[in-house]
Amino acid sequence: MTKVFDSGNVACALAVKDVGVDFVAAYPITPQTSVVEKIASYIAEGEMDAKYLPVESEHSALSAVAAASAVGARVFTATSSQGLLYMHEILHYAAGGRLPIVMANVNRAINMPWCLYVDHQDAVSQRDTGWIQLFAASNQEIYDSVILAYKVAEEVQIPVMVNYDGFLVSHSSMPFETLEQDKIREFLPALNPPWRLHPQWGGTFGNVTPSEEYVPYRYALTEDIKKAGDVIVRCSKEYERLTGRWHGGHFETYRPEGAEYFLFSMGSMGKEMEIAVDLLREQGIAAAGLRLRIFSPFPEEELAALLPTGAKLLVFDRNLVYGSAGGALLQLAKAALFNRRDSLQVIGISLGLGGEDLPASVLVAKAREMMEVCK
Amino acid sequence: MQIVFEKPKALSDTPTHYCPGCTHGIIHRLVAEVLDELDITGETIGIAPVGCAVIHFNYFECDVAQAAHGRAPAVATGLKRVNPDNIVFSYQGDGDLAAIGTNETIHAAARGENITVIFVNNAIYGMTGGQMAPTTLPGQITQTSPYGRDTKTAGFPLRMCELLATLDGTAYAERVAVDSVKNVLKAKKAIKKAFQYQIDGKGFSIVEILSSCPTNWGLEPVKALEWLRQNMIPYYPLGVFKDKEVSR
Ligand SMILES: Cc1ncc(C[n+]2csc(CCOP(=O)(O)OP(=O)(O)O)c2C)c(N)n1
Ligand code: SF4
Repeated sequence: MTKVFDSGNVACALAVKDVGVDFVAAYPITPQTSVVEKIASYIAEGEMDAKYLPVESEHSALSAVAAASAVGARVFTATSSQGLLYMHEILHYAAGGRLPIVMANVNRAINMPWCLYVDHQDAVSQRDTGWIQLFAASNQEIYDSVILAYKVAEEVQIPVMVNYDGFLVSHSSMPFETLEQDKIREFLPALNPPWRLHPQWGGTFGNVTPSEEYVPYRYALTEDIKKAGDVIVRCSKEYERLTGRWHGGHFETYRPEGAEYFLFSMGSMGKEMEIAVDLLREQGIAAAGLRLRIFSPFPEEELAALLPTGAKLLVFDRNLVYGSAGGALLQLAKAALFNRRDSLQVIGISLGLGGEDLPASVLVAKAREMMEVCK
Repeated sequence: MQIVFEKPKALSDTPTHYCPGCTHGIIHRLVAEVLDELDITGETIGIAPVGCAVIHFNYFECDVAQAAHGRAPAVATGLKRVNPDNIVFSYQGDGDLAAIGTNETIHAAARGENITVIFVNNAIYGMTGGQMAPTTLPGQITQTSPYGRDTKTAGFPLRMCELLATLDGTAYAERVAVDSVKNVLKAKKAIKKAFQYQIDGKGFSIVEILSSCPTNWGLEPVKALEWLRQNMIPYYPLGVFKDKEVSR
């Protein structure tokens, strides 16, 4: 175990190196750039035995990575904002192809107009592409989530996107610990896919199908991604046994004891929320923090099981569902809680778009506004 | 008192955000001088790329549309087809034009779109902090090629003018540089000709301008121009690669 003090992007690159990735293809975009720059330098220095392909666009980056995955390589790519949007077609291709790709997405607002700073519109707008989406909120969690992502992707044969906030996390230096490669091997054995594109195995990768063949593929993906939530939690526990590091299961909860108000968010806002919760508790309000770690598959049943009778869920979305009151988390939470017939209340807002600063004081003020409406 | 030197009217008073010694500034000035001389600023629409010139609308006094990364020739096409009386030019870096936007560029040229493309080739992705571009020279050190571009894995640089010259729709393709006073004057002539071809309805015109990026090349401005001269020009020869009028 080595202690490191560096940025979130370096934590990500180190995990990719330590995991033993075979193939990386990427196109640069702020604030992702230092992830791929680091990986390119590990490879150039001989610290990492992988092939690095600089491509002409994100569309090609994910296409190349998908093909390399189909022949049985462990692969990685990273992007952000516009780059993720430009990958949209291939996101579906990769998930439909059941390829265990891992990608880092450094969350950033989307055009137009241009903005370089964080919000979650990029990732949230790719929700229905069949990818598993994790959200990490610290450099340690990024490092651990990348390793976890390979474990999960290779077990369930579904690609995983590891999201973290642009600049706030990607460019902030924090202490974190790495893991020895032999320990990683223990957790994540060498890749042994059930099928690969090879003359020995026969078959094609992708085909034209009539509906009776097409339909089972779609249902299999949705059923398997639903089950992936539990796989993520089980693998997180296994990882905890190995490292002692735990960032939460579906959620990270903060001061849930006797709580009435649950402040629900994801990304670095969820960490700032802990300070907001402390401030509210000082004011005599029974508040708790609830930080979502698995955005897709959204943990519907777990959310319903977690909230006590009469709880008030205050949802803080760093994205917009245009024309609706809040964002994606609010919609998903409402859908998940619809069948609960108690006095539970759900209310939400969208904030922090385009990197708008969200200190705890703002979160407290917004929480109090929502509490007024709940009364 | 007699005014002997003036800023072109097509340039605004806004100080630019470009790094000291960056030749984007020179190229802006040349384009603006041409807009003045042809007296077309009022009917011109520029396309701002994604790259260091992303906010060039702050500097040019014409209308500007901002495009997604690489999409400038397609945006220019839409503007020009609907409003053929407007003069439409895109201003693009090599990442924008010769990486993510190669497709659009080739197809706009192949269709013979009556637009003008100002292509600023500095052999690197400037805005994102100096990663290898398709135009990066063999052996050139960048953030993603710390030991230099290895052609065995990263292939060879694209020579866009030569490539576009093979297309029947390309009316004019010339490569110039802004490394010396003489070359700057030649660059201006080429830019003016490219706009004139559009005014005359001759079709797709492109001027590729070899430009410097002192910041990401890690060189002082003067040294950067020397590097351009010694390394870029031998790989990217200057000259006219296609001129519809001459080849006729
Ligand atoms: C789809 C997409 N991918 C990546 C980016 C990030 N990006 C912004 S500018 C740029 C490269 C700019 O380089 P170049 O066109 O050579 O212009 P320069 O900055 O050198 O003038 C990149 C890759 C983006 N904005 N959109
Ligand atoms: S980064 Fe390079 S291209 Fe961009 S303004 Fe600075 S010197 Fe010019």
